[in-house]
Amino acid sequence: MTDLINLLYQCGDAFAFLVLSSLGLAVIFGMMGVINLAHGEFIMCGAYVTVSVTRLGVPLPFAILSGALVAGIVGIALERLVIRHLYGRPLDSIVATWGISLIATQGTLIVLGSSLPGIGTPFGSVPFGGYSYPIYRLVLIGAAVLLLVGLYILFNATRYGTVARATIQVPHMAEALGVDTRLVYSLTFGLGAALAGLTGGLYAPTMTIVPTMGATFLMEAFATVVIGGADVFIGTAPAAAALGVIKAVATSWEGQLAGQIALLVAVIAMIRILPNGVSGWLLQKRSS
Amino acid sequence: MIRLIHLLEGPQTLGRGRLFWAGFILVLLIAIGFPVMTDGYTVGNTVYFLDWVFMALGLCLIWGYCGALSFGQTAFFGLSGYVYGVMTVDLGSAHGLTIAALLASVVVSALFATVLGYFMFFGRISGVFLGIVTLSITLVFERFMSQTAGPEWHIGKARLNGYNGMNNMPPLTLPWFGGDLVLFPDIGLYYFVLALVVLVYLGLRMLVNSRFGNVLVAIRENPERAEMLGYDIRRYQLAAFVIGSALAGLSGTLYTSWGQYITPSSMGLAAAALPIVWVAVSGRGDLTATLVGTLIVLAGFQALTIYGSQYALVVMGFLLVVTVLVAPQGLIAGPIYTLLRRRLRRDDAL
Repeated sequence: MTDLINLLYQCGDAFAFLVLSSLGLAVIFGMMGVINLAHGEFIMCGAYVTVSVTRLGVPLPFAILSGALVAGIVGIALERLVIRHLYGRPLDSIVATWGISLIATQGTLIVLGSSLPGIGTPFGSVPFGGYSYPIYRLVLIGAAVLLLVGLYILFNATRYGTVARATIQVPHMAEALGVDTRLVYSLTFGLGAALAGLTGGLYAPTMTIVPTMGATFLMEAFATVVIGGADVFIGTAPAAAALGVIKAVATSWEGQLAGQIALLVAVIAMIRILPNGVSGWLLQKRSS
Repeated sequence: MIRLIHLLEGPQTLGRGRLFWAGFILVLLIAIGFPVMTDGYTVGNTVYFLDWVFMALGLCLIWGYCGALSFGQTAFFGLSGYVYGVMTVDLGSAHGLTIAALLASVVVSALFATVLGYFMFFGRISGVFLGIVTLSITLVFERFMSQTAGPEWHIGKARLNGYNGMNNMPPLTLPWFGGDLVLFPDIGLYYFVLALVVLVYLGLRMLVNSRFGNVLVAIRENPERAEMLGYDIRRYQLAAFVIGSALAGLSGTLYTSWGQYITPSSMGLAAAALPIVWVAVSGRGDLTATLVGTLIVLAGFQALTIYGSQYALVVMGFLLVVTVLVAPQGLIAGPIYTLLRRRLRRDDAL
C-alpha cells in the first residue's frame, strides 16, 4: 500500500514535470509549427524573474505570475523581431531560436553571474508510511492539471481560441474573414513563452537558479512533444501521462539517469511506431 | 577512373572550372608549405582547426545535401573520442594499434548512427523531430558520461572519470620502418590530418556529384517527389546520416588524440551548437563553402575566446540569427550563388 502510494506520487511528480516543461513548447509547435529551441531559456527567464521578485518581498504566487508575464512579453518581442520572418521555414526557425538560446544563456551568465541565491521550497512536507512527501510537489501536480484545463477552456470557449484555431487551420480564410493573423501568431508565441515562464517560476523554489537551467527541462519537453504530436490536448497530456509512468518507474528502480534514458528509449521506440505522435495517430484513426 | 575524376565537378558543387582548381592547388601548396613558414606551436594549433572540419563536412552532407538537420553530431564525436581513449589506454600504442583504435572508433560511431538512423528514418520522422531526437540523445549521453566519476566506471584500465574527462591517451602513431612514427600535435600530425582533409573533401565531392548525391538533393528538395520516382528515400537518408556521423566520429578521435583528452562537455549543449553554427554560417549547400567557412569561423572563434571568452558564444548566437534572417544560404555560399545567378542571367541575355 505504502509502495503503491509512493509510486503514484512519483508518477504524478514526473507527470507534472513533463506537462509543465512541455506545454509552452507544445502550444507553439502545435499551433504554429515552430520548434522553439529557446524554450529552456524562457523557463530560465521565468525562474530568474520569480526569484528576483520574491527577494523584493512579493508573495510567491504573484512572483510566479510576474515571471510568466515577463517571459510572455519577451516572447512577443522575439516573435516580432525574429520568428515572424521564419514562418514556413521550420529548419531555419530551429537554427535561429538556437542562436537566441545561446545569446540568452551566455548573456545571462555575463550580466547576472553564474547563479542566483535560491528561495526555499514553501509548505514543508508530510510524512506518510516511512516516506516524506514535500507538499509543494503536490501543488505542482495540481498546477499542471489546472493549466491543462485552463488551456482547454482558452482554446475552446474564448474568442481568442476560436480565432487562433481558425488561423492555424486555414490562415488565408481567417485573414479573409478579417482576422489579424499576425496578431494571432504574436499572441500564440507569447502564450507559449508565458507558459514556459510560468514553469520556470513554479520550479524556481525547487532548483538551483543558473543560466543553463533551461537545459534541464529541454529534453523532457522535447520527448513529450515528440510523442504527443501536434495537438496539445489529445497529444501532450496523454504523452506526459505515459512518459510520467515510464520515467517514475525507471527512476525509482535505478535512479535519475535511468529515468532519462528510459524516456529517451521510449521516444525512439515510439517514433518508430507512431511517427506523427499520439495525436497524429488518433486524428488519423478518427478520419479513416 | 576517368569517370570518377569527372565526378569531382558536377551540379552539386559550386567550385568548378580551371580557375577553381588552380585556386585549389594553390591553397593546397600553401597548406603543404605552411609548417616550413611557421613554428611548431602554430602548426599544432592549426591541426586543432583541421580536426573539426570532418564533423562540419559530415553535417553539410546530412543537413545541406540531404535536408535532415541533425543536432546530435557531437554525440558521435564524443562516442568516438571515448572509444579511442578506452582502446588506446587499454591496449597501448605499439604496432600501430592507435590506427586500429582510430578505425574502430569511427566504425563504432557509424554503427551507432546506423541503429539510431534506422529508428529515425524508417520511423519517417520529419525534419524538425529529427533535430530534437538527435539533440536529446546528445544531452543524455553527456549526462551519462558526466556521472561516471566513480572508480566503478572503468573499462579495463581506462577510467572514464566523469566530468573531468579522460586524459593521457597516447597520440596517434604510424607504424614505420625502424620504429613507430609518433604523431604529436606537430608537423607529422599536421600532414596526416591535412591529407585526410583533402581525401575526405575530394571523396565527398565525388559522392555528392554521383547518382547518390543527386538523389540526396532530390530528397532535400521534395521527399514525396523523390519517392514517387521510385527511390527508397529512407535508405538514402540513412546512408547520408551514417557517412556524416562517421565523419563526426573521425573528428572526435582526431581531437582526442590531438589534445590527449576528452570530456563529456565536448558533447553538451554548447558544443552541439558549434557544428551547426559553422555549417549554417558558411553555407550548408556546398562542401567548399563549408570547408572554408568552418576554418574562418573557427579562427574567428578562437580569437574571440582569447580576447573576450565570455562573449564568444553570444557572438555565435548573433551570427546564427543574422545568417538565418539575412543570408539563409550562408555568408560564404550566399554571395557566390548571387554571383553565379547574375552570370547565368547575363549568359541568357546574350
